[in-house]
Amino acid sequence: MAIRTEPFILNMGPQHPSTHGVFRMKVTLDGEVVVDLEPVIGYLHRGIEKLGETRTYTQIIPLTDRLDYVASMTNNFAYVLAVEKLAGIKIPERAEYIRIIMAETMRISSHLMAVGFFLNDLGAMMTPVLYMWREREKLLDLYEMVCGQRLTYNYMRIGGVSHDLPEEFLPAMKKWVAEMPRFIDEYDQLLSQNEILLARTKGVCILPRDTAVSIAASGPVLRASGVKWDLRKADPYSIYDRFDFEVPVGTVGDNYDRYWVRMQEARQSVRILEQAIAQLPEGEVCAKVPKLLRPPVGEAYGHIEAPKGELGFYLVSDNSIAPYRFHIRPPTLINLTALKDMVIGWKVADLIITFGSIDVCLGEIDR
Amino acid sequence: MTLLEQFQLWLGGIWPDWAAYIVPGIVGILVVLGFVVISVIVFIWYERRLLGRFQIRLGPNRLGPEGIFQPLATALKILLKEDIVPAMGDKIIHWLAPVIVFVPVLMVFAVVPFGEKAILADLNVGIVYVVAISSVSAVGIYMAGWASNNKYALIAALRTVAQMVSYELPVVLAILGVVLMAGSMSMTQIVTAQTLPFIIFQPLGFVIFFLGTVAEMNRSPFDLLEADSEIVAGYHIEYSGMKFAMFYLGEYGHALAYACIISTLFLGGWQGPFLPPIIWLMIKVVAVFSVIVWMRATLPRLRVDQLMAFAWKGLLPMAIINLFIIAAEVLLLPEITPWIIVAMNFVFAGVLIVLWSKLFTLGGGRVEV
Repeated sequence: MAIRTEPFILNMGPQHPSTHGVFRMKVTLDGEVVVDLEPVIGYLHRGIEKLGETRTYTQIIPLTDRLDYVASMTNNFAYVLAVEKLAGIKIPERAEYIRIIMAETMRISSHLMAVGFFLNDLGAMMTPVLYMWREREKLLDLYEMVCGQRLTYNYMRIGGVSHDLPEEFLPAMKKWVAEMPRFIDEYDQLLSQNEILLARTKGVCILPRDTAVSIAASGPVLRASGVKWDLRKADPYSIYDRFDFEVPVGTVGDNYDRYWVRMQEARQSVRILEQAIAQLPEGEVCAKVPKLLRPPVGEAYGHIEAPKGELGFYLVSDNSIAPYRFHIRPPTLINLTALKDMVIGWKVADLIITFGSIDVCLGEIDR
Repeated sequence: MTLLEQFQLWLGGIWPDWAAYIVPGIVGILVVLGFVVISVIVFIWYERRLLGRFQIRLGPNRLGPEGIFQPLATALKILLKEDIVPAMGDKIIHWLAPVIVFVPVLMVFAVVPFGEKAILADLNVGIVYVVAISSVSAVGIYMAGWASNNKYALIAALRTVAQMVSYELPVVLAILGVVLMAGSMSMTQIVTAQTLPFIIFQPLGFVIFFLGTVAEMNRSPFDLLEADSEIVAGYHIEYSGMKFAMFYLGEYGHALAYACIISTLFLGGWQGPFLPPIIWLMIKVVAVFSVIVWMRATLPRLRVDQLMAFAWKGLLPMAIINLFIIAAEVLLLPEITPWIIVAMNFVFAGVLIVLWSKLFTLGGGRVEV
């Protein structure tokens, strides 16, 4: 005789160790099995889009730092690209290269954090995270060297970057880039063939290719599902067409693929970094741009392949000093919409790791 | 005759019989209690420092030399905390649960032999007593989860029952192998029977027993009861102050107790050359505990259905086969040189473990809802 049971609703978050911020999930559970899920967002809403309409174009840059604070320089990058597109500004070569170096180191740092916290959600009790923080820490020192900040950099400017690289930066960066492959091998050795990790992630919470495309997922989540779509290749912005790198693609779209794609992308970023550092030219780092920029009437959409997916900024100018409309396309908000489809029928533990595998950043989702 | 009995006999010559019977008992209990509490404090410090090393950080190192007083500060802080009972919780059960978790852990130490004669009660069914008493903790954990009126705690409570009951079986079957070989259930005789430690005779039994006990003491990778990334803190989510400290003590006491039992059953207990018995036992206990911490620092957690599969499809059949092999060896080859049995058992263990890892996957998948 089957015992009659009834599902119950569990409120996970906003305060929960694995919600990576203040995300809330209203989960209906049947025992351990997830029957229904309702994501609730907005606990970190700061009205950045509205705030942007009252700031000058330059003043918006620090606001973008507060979106995805794990990779804040990438946000600067996407934003200044949009403004440069809007105002038609050409930027110096050296600035382009510096931006690439920053964006790719940011990608490595963000992916390391994502994998580390994914393992934390799996229950590996801080160890992988702390190993990955070791590398991120060195990177933060490098950023501090460049712009004096460790988390919210405010480094890129419309027309270039705010400061040139200091003398001691390049040798330190070269050393870091040279060491990095060895450290990624180390993580691979610890994690990639771990029996428990394989059992927990292989074939778990699959995001099928069609669903991934139809919800407009992007970044590692999309590529893990087998879609070879990377804006650096698909729509080469900045100077990405000059570098030789591959786009790693998953096969099934399960949690393991999402983990694996991130590890491989970190390797590819190291390749790009090596090339960028070797080719780095001398010269100006910022174009001559008026202090109070008044772009011509029009609209522009600048998008880049941020670590977490396609990050876009949509700007409408009415020829005043502030944008008429300032809209952000946060990648993780859109990737997050796949969560419910992925986890129905799986266990609570799978829900947690799948949420971790999407690699969300609440600063970006709630804006 | 154990030291306690000698003490009783000596006191019986001076004091009336009832006093001579009770007082040494109380003294013995206090000594063991002191040993457990102090060891637990040292173990907490040791785990935090060791975990720090595994995680390329230092761990607590401010309070006293090498941070040795940090657990005392933690204990003091916990003592000063407010004791909160959830509004809709079951107050009596909520109060009783930590006691029921902690007391059985202390009672296990009654039969742990710290030396040839240093044992509180040399029961002739010592190991059965250990199995019976340590299972009681599961009831306490279930009570804690139920009385907390919290859904996380309830999930943890139900996980507890499943996990504890499942892992009891392979553990007991692995113990039976030891009992067969030692020819006794008394802890002292199991130790004295080990001219060579049983880990050499029964590698498979050791692996099963070790994994089973790690699961029983709810340590990573089997720490589903408190799975901080899933169900926050599990069964003790609604506990604070001294009651929480009881759980904490219970958890580490459990680890200490099982490390003692593993050392006694498989590593030769207090036996060893040159050093005094208690030191040998502590060396083995610390070694076992270090391996447990190592596992905690390295491995991710299993999912609940995989945990069950691991117990029922993995450990249990292997434990049964192991028991049959040991029984056959004890029955058919009693006079053979030990080293042949050792070689045979290592081959069996290797073959079985390889076979199982090929044959069965941790499986478990999506449920249609």
